[in-house]
Amino acid sequence: MNPQTTWSFFIDHRDEIVGATLDHLTLVIIAMLIAIFIGVPLGMFIVQRPALRAIALGAASIFQTIPSLALFGFLIPIPFIGGIGKRTAIVALVLYALLPILRNTYVGLTGIDPAVLEAAEAMGMTRAQILFRVRFPLALAVILAGIRTATIITIGVATIAAAIGAGGLGTFIFRGVALVSDSLILAGAIPAALLALLADFLLGLLERKLKVS
Amino acid sequence: MNTKISAAATNRIEFRGVSFHINDILKRLIVSGVSLEIPHGETLVLLGRSGSGKTTLLKLMNGMLLPTKGEVLVQDCSTSSWDPIRLRRGIGYVIQDAGLFPHFTVAENVGLVPSLEGWDASRTAARVEEMLHLVGLDAREFAHRHPRELSGGQRQRVGVARALAADPPILLMDEPFGALDPVTRAELQREFSALVRRLGKTIVFVTHDLREALLLASRIVLLEAGRIVASAAPQEFLRLDHPEVRAFTSSLTVTPGAFA
Repeated sequence: MNPQTTWSFFIDHRDEIVGATLDHLTLVIIAMLIAIFIGVPLGMFIVQRPALRAIALGAASIFQTIPSLALFGFLIPIPFIGGIGKRTAIVALVLYALLPILRNTYVGLTGIDPAVLEAAEAMGMTRAQILFRVRFPLALAVILAGIRTATIITIGVATIAAAIGAGGLGTFIFRGVALVSDSLILAGAIPAALLALLADFLLGLLERKLKVS
Repeated sequence: MNTKISAAATNRIEFRGVSFHINDILKRLIVSGVSLEIPHGETLVLLGRSGSGKTTLLKLMNGMLLPTKGEVLVQDCSTSSWDPIRLRRGIGYVIQDAGLFPHFTVAENVGLVPSLEGWDASRTAARVEEMLHLVGLDAREFAHRHPRELSGGQRQRVGVARALAADPPILLMDEPFGALDPVTRAELQREFSALVRRLGKTIVFVTHDLREALLLASRIVLLEAGRIVASAAPQEFLRLDHPEVRAFTSSLTVTPGAFA
């Protein structure tokens, strides 16, 4: 590998790299928003329901054990959500992101000092008031830690989405592997790594801000 | 059904043949056959060892637990027919670790029940200041702090202020000074006993400390294994001839260097 040629490759193809990075980011953001909108309410819902909790956490864990390339493959033949392209990729990414969000929401909501919850109940707060004014604000930092983990996973896994035609930075990586070109692989890998680091840093800042000691 | 605890009605609490067991396969009895009348304005201390059922009795009074047998009456209405939210809004509750909300400031903690009750902001703010003053904290210095910025004794003072904020006619306290160092504890006990005399509320106070019971109580009820074994005014309590009473009174005497 010659750093000089890689650098000039980057300069020559900067528009394509920026475009693919934006595609990648779009894929991640859409998948994360859906995963948050499913994972957080579901996590709140399973706090009081042990039977459903086992099923939800179990299912989310199973999705995470399926190798990502295989998961994308499994989804292709499924009607409505499957097929080739972005939609299928987003479904797979959501399934991956769900476990950390769901688990941290549950852990955050249940890991609260029992004395605080006892006081809340004894003061005549309703269940909804306890959930939204006590449990949720106190769990927020833990929930956000789950979202942070899920975002980093999703940025990485989204590179594989290119295998089913969803675009993004993975396109360079797959092409680079096929053509045995380090420059092409790096054109996908470096921006993906930078995105992950940036997301980790920004969400980490937010998490520290929300932490209640 | 009662809709609100009123200050005008008699704030009597009455246990009629109350038993409570944990709802598991063992059906362990925590409280058995308790009958007890707590008249308006009394400061009743429930004394007993750990696991004697003191806290359970307290939770039976504000409907956090419902009796498996018998009934608990608050203002002549059974706790099982009270709306639990309304019942609890009229009963102040203080626990050992104060249970302050860590994400709220002192002012928000103290003002919680008034704000739940729909008081406007200025009335709540005035009340918060009044309550902090009552428990010996300067509002300007403490109102905007978070619980983590307070000492154990200060947290407990805020806990008392919070319980009193909506002026509930009944106050339940579960070993409120139990986690404090002995010097701070004695300080708070003295201040609280003076406060209690001024407030004229019905107070039920749980402790395993006989010294505390003697200081605060107008009547001491001794529990052993979920049953009431003695009930007397503090002066008479020490003279009672019951093995569990003697066990407690002997805990008061210290012979310096006895085991040296």
